[in-house]
Amino acid sequence: MYQTNQYEGMLAETVSVPGAGGDTINAYLARPLGAGPFPGVVLIHHMPGWDEWYREATRKFAHHGYVAVCPNLYFRAGHGTPEDVAARVRAEGGVPDEQVLDDLAGTLRALRALPYLNGKVGVFGTCSGGRHAYLAACRLPGFDAVVDCWGGRVVMTPADLTPRQPVAPLDFTADLACPLLGLFGEEDRSPTPEQVAVHEAALKQHGKTYEFHMYPQAGHGFFYHDRPAYRQGPAVDGWHKIFAFLGKHLAHGA
Amino acid sequence: MCTMIVKQVEIDGSGKGPDGWFAVRQASVSFDHPFNAPFEHALNIDFTDPARGPGARVAVELSEQAARHLVDTILAVLAQAEKGGFLESA
Repeated sequence: MYQTNQYEGMLAETVSVPGAGGDTINAYLARPLGAGPFPGVVLIHHMPGWDEWYREATRKFAHHGYVAVCPNLYFRAGHGTPEDVAARVRAEGGVPDEQVLDDLAGTLRALRALPYLNGKVGVFGTCSGGRHAYLAACRLPGFDAVVDCWGGRVVMTPADLTPRQPVAPLDFTADLACPLLGLFGEEDRSPTPEQVAVHEAALKQHGKTYEFHMYPQAGHGFFYHDRPAYRQGPAVDGWHKIFAFLGKHLAHGA
Repeated sequence: MCTMIVKQVEIDGSGKGPDGWFAVRQASVSFDHPFNAPFEHALNIDFTDPARGPGARVAVELSEQAARHLVDTILAVLAQAEKGGFLESA
């Protein structure tokens, strides 16, 4: 934890990373100043887009000693305000899972090539980004820890499947290759507590390392201080749990 | 895209955005997270012209009750206009 007599500096800027289909997409990167080595985190933005909250979260990870990078998964929808771009993606039915995975694979490669990384990388996401984080941890090699915050549609019925989301992330649980932290709200409708229980049962069945926390009196998006869903107690506790979990699994030599 | 409940329809008309009036070509109707309305999910309507880029958008985010009331009201107004012989297609 930061001490008041400690030097702190940070660099935060827009960068380019390789994406799906040979594209170059933009990303927001924040890191502590200094030689490191630092652990890395890939942040996966939520349905409302590559927005200010995600820039703040990226800098928060850097403040806590991580090289944090958040790719713009809506890059191909054109440019404008984050809301306008996200609205276009919403109209299109979301971004295809395979495209997201390739964008994340490119982001991970770029992150792992940085000279000040300690060799450990986690992946974090909220809302649709929580779902994508879980999917990435199951499908892509190279992540050492995953944080899924209220990712909806991890558990999907056949009627929920679409050409862009053709397989439920739950179906890849056997391939989950790193420890998982899940944070959820009891009042959430996507995922519901029942869906979280189904997810947990699959993790147990496959012998995976995980910890799930279900907060009472919290719904979807309880970290978002700019939305009525914000719940101060669960949000503060949730961030503590995230940094304890990542500290345990991404520390140098962990 | 937490619910993925969305439909698009081609439309004709005009919408007023931050840069003034433009022709709206498409309406996207979704029930998903709003950007501004204080609900977890809302009935969102985006009137857009896709050819002009993401910024050509007039957006509303409505509660379920407001959306149903709006639909009923639109239909009632159209019925009254039809009865009065005001519809161009009539």
